[in-house]
Amino acid sequence: MKIHEYQAKELLAARGIAVPLGRPATSVDEAVAAVRPLVEQSGNPVVVVKAQIHAGGRGKGRFKENEEVRGVNVVTAGISGGIEAAEAEVRRLATEMLGNTLVTLQTGPEGKTVNRLYVEQGIDIARELYLAVLLDRARSRNIVMASTEGGMEIEKVAEETPEKILRKEIDPAFGLLGFQAHELAVDLGLTGDAAASFAKFVRALAEAAMELDTDLIEINPLVVTGDGKVMALDAKMAIDDNALFRHPDIAAMRDETEEDPSEVRAKNAGLNYIKLDGTIGCLVNGAGLAMATMDTIKHVGGEPANFLDVGGGATADQVATGFEIITSDPNVKGIFVNIFGGIMRCDVIATGIVEAVKRVGLQVPLVVRLEGTNVDEGRRILAESGLDVVPADSLRDGAEKILELTK
Amino acid sequence: MSILIDSSTKVLVQGLGKTGQFHTDKAIAYGTNMVGAVHPSRAGETFVFEGETDHSGVPGRPDTYRVELPVYATVKEAVAETGATVSVVYVPPAGAADAIMEAAAAGIELVIAITEGIPVADMIVAKRFLQGTDTRLVGPNCPGVITPGECKIGIMPGYIHQRGKIGVVSRSGTLTYEAVYQLTRLGLGQTTAVGIGGDPVNGTNFVDVLQMFEADPETEGVIMIGEIGGSAEEEAAEFVKTMSKPVAGFIAGTTAPPGKRMGHAGAIVSGGSGTAEAKIAAMKAAGIVVAETPSDMGEAMLRALGQS
Repeated sequence: MKIHEYQAKELLAARGIAVPLGRPATSVDEAVAAVRPLVEQSGNPVVVVKAQIHAGGRGKGRFKENEEVRGVNVVTAGISGGIEAAEAEVRRLATEMLGNTLVTLQTGPEGKTVNRLYVEQGIDIARELYLAVLLDRARSRNIVMASTEGGMEIEKVAEETPEKILRKEIDPAFGLLGFQAHELAVDLGLTGDAAASFAKFVRALAEAAMELDTDLIEINPLVVTGDGKVMALDAKMAIDDNALFRHPDIAAMRDETEEDPSEVRAKNAGLNYIKLDGTIGCLVNGAGLAMATMDTIKHVGGEPANFLDVGGGATADQVATGFEIITSDPNVKGIFVNIFGGIMRCDVIATGIVEAVKRVGLQVPLVVRLEGTNVDEGRRILAESGLDVVPADSLRDGAEKILELTK
Repeated sequence: MSILIDSSTKVLVQGLGKTGQFHTDKAIAYGTNMVGAVHPSRAGETFVFEGETDHSGVPGRPDTYRVELPVYATVKEAVAETGATVSVVYVPPAGAADAIMEAAAAGIELVIAITEGIPVADMIVAKRFLQGTDTRLVGPNCPGVITPGECKIGIMPGYIHQRGKIGVVSRSGTLTYEAVYQLTRLGLGQTTAVGIGGDPVNGTNFVDVLQMFEADPETEGVIMIGEIGGSAEEEAAEFVKTMSKPVAGFIAGTTAPPGKRMGHAGAIVSGGSGTAEAKIAAMKAAGIVVAETPSDMGEAMLRALGQS
């Protein structure tokens, strides 16, 4: 589960990790009200207004409605004009940002609606670094990844200058050790206070990753301030969905407005659905088989409209919800159901499909491929249902049939 | 011969809830030698499993079964009482990693973890713990391991399998059934089918299983079924270059969009790595016959064997 920058920074700050002072705002007035306390507390007349969306590239992103406004805006009006001038400028920016559509490299051309802002103190930046904690699957451990190339896209750095990416493995029995943090500081070219500040920061971050069950914490950039302090200027955090049960506080940070509504509905029904751009809907049991079904549709010349795994023990209710979600996508011209009944019996699935079709009132062609336990009984139920269900003998046969029917 | 498990394997089940009971019953019906259960809240009880076996009517095999399964509070106690060497974990996600470590500490040689949804951080700790032991972990989030006709540990349907000479190793559940079903229909029986699971942190990987199949005199060919995410298939392809036996394969997820988890926690293309294209290319370069669609997995195995 992804969370917003301001939420990530709250979690980090609570663990003693240095982040700038900031205040979230969901209205223009809240954004303006944040300015005075920030300026007074930090002593810096500069503030920054940042759009909060679950996508990166905000700094270079621009708003559809007003191209002059970016996803991250530095407000310097306070330097000469005082707090009132800063407030006026924040009011203007917040008005242009809230409710409008931010387009970044990661949002796609359609962009994302901005519902929240984060107003932050300005920081005197001496250097920008990159720091992340993430899983190294091959080693089955978290690693710290660091680079001198802060503020850049790390994938680009990895591709063009892989030698500039530093890695340290975190042994779960010990955490990130002092010498590892020190080596990283030295290799990043840090000295004196900045090196000590960095070592403390990175060890706390490694610990936070374990405590918070993060899939990823990315600090890009990590900044060294003019007075030699290390601080997270940005923070991106994703939490392991499987661990949310032990973090009710983080689970409550879920922002469903950032997710596809169909995907949210599926999740609530215990289904695994991902919307794609094609025209052939699919409903499959098992994740691997669901992916393989999409691949087969593509192979025969079609385009899958979704990934949908109904799991090992789908009920008629879940199948019906699955059909409703698939057909709520206006691009869908037909549905291919592919079930390999293992432990799950085909007659049960067939009954579920019949009930679901009757309930949902399908308006598009439906091809069903059933295989496995009690398959003959399952096929008989479908054939005798009086419904317009086209049976298929194999995965490939089903894919070809649904393609033909949707042409 | 087979790998990992056979008819003599003594199996313990950890977690005798609804799922654990259901699959224990299916395993016994298949002929698996289930010797005990670990379920602290029901320790001291005896669970009775009875019914008609899967091989009812087969000459020389029993038509019915009745097993009284003793329930223990700890794996340690269960091992001492039963001599079990293998355990299967159905414990819910929050306690599953601990159950794996408990089994390892009790000297269980092979732990097969079926549980889906274990936190990654828990599995990182469990794998670290296993480093100091001789225990092998298969899974988690996997269908299990089956040696057809001898021993079934996990949630796969037994009847689609047939004893033979092909080794099967896969990250997926139902897609494995699809592959096994195609093999069986083509007359290609299996020595052992191993589901290594769909999680980003798992125990046994492709290379481990390929090594075992390469060393198993009965196995004549291997099919490996992978999916997007991680680099386990690429590492497996490197190993296949050193193998003497023919290997076929399939990778699911050619059409999966980047940055989205496709059901399995580990099935995600991130930062341009873990794509199906890269895996297929690595496998082809290693001489693996890669099926173009999942409908052709059995045919690909035939081609790899030079029988098509």
